[in-house]
Amino acid sequence: MTELSRIWRETEYRYNLIGFKCNNCGESYFPPRDICPHCHRESIGKMEKVKFSGNGEILSYTTVHDAPPAFKRQVPYLLALVKLDEGPVITAQIVDCDPDDVNIGKKVHMAFRKIREDGTNGVIEYGYKFKLD
Amino acid sequence: MLNNVYIIGAGETKFGELWDKSLRNLAVEAGLKAIENAGIYSRDIDAIYGANGLAGTINEQENIGALIADFSGLSTEGIPALRVEASTASGAAAVREAYLSIKSGEYDLVVVGGVEKMTDIHGSGILEKMSSILDREWEAFFGATPAAMAALIARKYMNDFNVEKEALSMFSVNDHLNASKNPDAQYRNKLTVQQAMDSIPVADPLNMMDCSPVSDGAAAIVLASENFVKKNKKEGVKILSSAVAEDYLSVGSRESIYTLKSTRLAAEKAFKKAGIKRDDISFMEVHDSFSIYGLLELEDLGFAEKGKAKNLVYDDIKLNGRLPVNPSGGLKAKGDPYGAVGIGQVVDAYKQLMEKAGERQIKHARYALLHNMAGTGASSVVHILGE
Repeated sequence: MTELSRIWRETEYRYNLIGFKCNNCGESYFPPRDICPHCHRESIGKMEKVKFSGNGEILSYTTVHDAPPAFKRQVPYLLALVKLDEGPVITAQIVDCDPDDVNIGKKVHMAFRKIREDGTNGVIEYGYKFKLD
Repeated sequence: MLNNVYIIGAGETKFGELWDKSLRNLAVEAGLKAIENAGIYSRDIDAIYGANGLAGTINEQENIGALIADFSGLSTEGIPALRVEASTASGAAAVREAYLSIKSGEYDLVVVGGVEKMTDIHGSGILEKMSSILDREWEAFFGATPAAMAALIARKYMNDFNVEKEALSMFSVNDHLNASKNPDAQYRNKLTVQQAMDSIPVADPLNMMDCSPVSDGAAAIVLASENFVKKNKKEGVKILSSAVAEDYLSVGSRESIYTLKSTRLAAEKAFKKAGIKRDDISFMEVHDSFSIYGLLELEDLGFAEKGKAKNLVYDDIKLNGRLPVNPSGGLKAKGDPYGAVGIGQVVDAYKQLMEKAGERQIKHARYALLHNMAGTGASSVVHILGE
């Protein structure tokens, strides 16, 4: 069973789609990172939290048929790489749609959803998924 | 001139669902085979490097170095024994650490073993553990599995370069054909392209025959310095070069989702250090945990332009083709016991280069390229063997 703090410390980022922007080069990042991989030490102290718009497009997608226990109830589900308007590419599910409507290049926006269950007695974990525009 | 490093012995267990064998049984079996094959004695061993990916989570056993040394009967000798972990590239990473230890002049004789015991977890629970090779908090947390990430890469690749699913299936067909000649392989059945295409979906466009299996297995080799080889009149295969490179952990962070940059960088370094050309390579073993990676690797190792690997998968990669790939059966058919894979590749290449590969022997095999990759491409290790 996962300790609550492990989930709690990421909630700000997962609930609100908050990442980091390097104020040295202007590049945005998700997931959160403390150092800019382009600016290295120049970015120390210049990484700032930024809330993304939640808008983006599908870079690639797949229907997952074989999933770990925490996702068994959701099978089959759509997983995608979503390129956010601000630049970062994130891994997330696509929901509330006819799978036939999903395609590379389709515009999407963020939705707040239940992500997984940690067994029958553990916490229910929430975060971002995406819907077609 | 620093010490050259030679492989003077190799051994492995069968790969597969080996329910009667434990983590330690497997490690010891492979280790003893390698030591016997090399004709060396425990008193001569300077160090042991053990490769393993997931024993901590699957078998709830850490301290793998000590475990291997102890149950190989070497605890009384006080031989240093450490574990090397680099996810699914742990095997080749351990070979590299052992290579460097001899190259530095510190050691003359080192045993390198890799082991993974994956069937100790029931049902889909293993998929949860296997997904730890991804970014747990930002990929796996949201429902990604290793197959799903490979599928995301495959979909975009097929879309952008107009590649048909059949090209991916051909990679698995080749693996199965080669494995049918390998007694250590997990799956020795031949596969038709239709069977591969019609197998059950896992994460589309990938289906079961695009995915390596869950495997148990172990492999071990004995590395020796040039001094040791000369003094003891040993025969062996020279490690011409060893290189490793890294990329972002998550697929989404990378410059291009279908470019294995770590593979590209490691291959460039390995060729430069070995002083040979791509045309000189007699055969390759590549890390095709998913068929799509096989194609990407042909490209990023420098044997085809991006999007063009489809031209190699029908004929060139066959055992009797221009560039034989995975004569062992590869990860798809020989098997994919994470920490053992990279060393299993060396075991097979050693047999080829010593002309002891039996039915799957490649004629005039002179140089081998071995590629072992971590996760979805976060790390790649390339070795070139020969002479």
